[in-house]
Amino acid sequence: MRSRLVSRRHAALRLWQATLVTSIGGGWLRTAQAQVDKLTITGLAEARLRSFEEMVRPYVQSQTLTKEAVTLSLPMLADNGHMVPLSLKIDSPMTEEAHITHVYLLSQRNPVPLMAKFVLGPWSGRADLSTRVRLSGNQSVIALARRSDGSFIYDAQEVVVTEAACVDNG
Amino acid sequence: MSSARLQVPPRIVQGDVFKLRLLVNHPMDSGFLRDIDGVLIQRNVIRHLLCTLNGREVFRVEPTTGVAANPLFEFYLRATESGEMLFRWVDDKAYIGELRHHLVVEPANASKPTSN
Amino acid sequence: MRLFACRLYLGVVLAGLVFSLPLQAQQRIIALDKLQSGLNFSGAEVQSLQADEFANPGNIALDNGNKLWAKPDGNSNKSCQSCHGELTRMKGVSIRYPAIDKASGKLFNLEDRIRNCRVKNQKAPEWAFESDELLAVSLAITSASRGLPLQANIEGAAKSHFENGQRIFMTRQGQMNLACTNCHDQHYGQKLFTDPLSQGQANGYPLYRIDWQKVASLERRLRFCYTGVKAEIPSWGHSDMRDISLYLMWRGQGLPVEAPAVRK
Repeated sequence: MRSRLVSRRHAALRLWQATLVTSIGGGWLRTAQAQVDKLTITGLAEARLRSFEEMVRPYVQSQTLTKEAVTLSLPMLADNGHMVPLSLKIDSPMTEEAHITHVYLLSQRNPVPLMAKFVLGPWSGRADLSTRVRLSGNQSVIALARRSDGSFIYDAQEVVVTEAACVDNG
Repeated sequence: MSSARLQVPPRIVQGDVFKLRLLVNHPMDSGFLRDIDGVLIQRNVIRHLLCTLNGREVFRVEPTTGVAANPLFEFYLRATESGEMLFRWVDDKAYIGELRHHLVVEPANASKPTSN
Repeated sequence: MRLFACRLYLGVVLAGLVFSLPLQAQQRIIALDKLQSGLNFSGAEVQSLQADEFANPGNIALDNGNKLWAKPDGNSNKSCQSCHGELTRMKGVSIRYPAIDKASGKLFNLEDRIRNCRVKNQKAPEWAFESDELLAVSLAITSASRGLPLQANIEGAAKSHFENGQRIFMTRQGQMNLACTNCHDQHYGQKLFTDPLSQGQANGYPLYRIDWQKVASLERRLRFCYTGVKAEIPSWGHSDMRDISLYLMWRGQGLPVEAPAVRK
């Protein structure tokens, strides 16, 4: 009698446990599989990263290039690669004799290496600029500036760009 | 439809170096994304944006697909004269966008003769 | 032995009933004082973009909406302003939606009302769902209610819509077999891939979504949620979307309207 009672309770308990495990476990498995699927769909195949030389050479060519006077600011961790605020300050008197003529924003990983080119002059008064750029993945960004004497100066910053939670094109 | 909005300081005095903020209405379609039906959205970005003051170029930017949609440009100008400020931009579809602003620059002090 | 079996059986039946009973109308999972706007779960850049009075990316659409409001159109040659007055007079209007349209008996969201008014009163061609003009005017009207608390009328003819919306919110669906509540009530604040999950509140719509690089309606966002759980997406204009919207207004009651809101 007693053994039959225990076995019925036991059976009920086992049935309840089985139901729980199956539903939760099934749920977890589906979520995990969906995560793997998403990685494949988004194709996180990283584009080739350009070297520093590749990025600046088209503009600098044989001129001098020094890392000074330019301060580039981007968030270290960008919420979304579609719109990343970027600002830069350049220490220059912006006089007729000594001013910044061009500023180039360069990307290490984007399909198009040049993000924007700005043309300034003594009329600008200050060679500070801000804009919002697109960054396709973690990379270095370079702000390259040309002085009126033909020399180049620059600053660079690393940016981590997190992926959007859900696949896009909604 | 609105093409852009411009922000300049409320009061500009001759000799000031002042900041301009320009927000332009443009999708800056990179040509890399697809729409909801999987069709590639054709590239259409602003090729160049020019700012002139009384006919003289005072700012130019040539963005590429690397600039975000509805781009924001912030830059500086040294205030020398009042006048007609014209922003003009052309995109891949050869659409021309324009924004005009009458810039008022106050003389540095009452005794100083107004320039130009 | 028989008594035990009976008790066990009864216990199982009761447990089954309790867990399968639909949520009662006034049952809140997230208490009113625990409500948080999606802005709280957004990163610093998104927050500063929204706070930028001048350069908020939604401002372009807002400017357009303001212009369209005053522009005469259609055979009536009237503008929205001709009948409704200045946009500032539309304060409190957007938070009344979704609401039952007396003429059709359907639950209308704000975009439905604008589309309807355009054809019926302005005698102008219909604006497509999610068109730039529709979103611009919707944003302009919503901006008039900036700061006002969300509210919802869920009595009378709206009651069945509210209950349907709540039911959908609580029901697992899609290949991922997830209900809205699983993420947005039970796991908000935790990470889904790389982003923190929000509570899924609707106090910012229509808003500028950086991922889509334009202003988007709540309906578009909900349809995208369906994509997220790999469920079949209902057609544009589907009543389920409006029912969910109504439920969300009740669920987020008290949250202030943000306009133009910015999200990633």
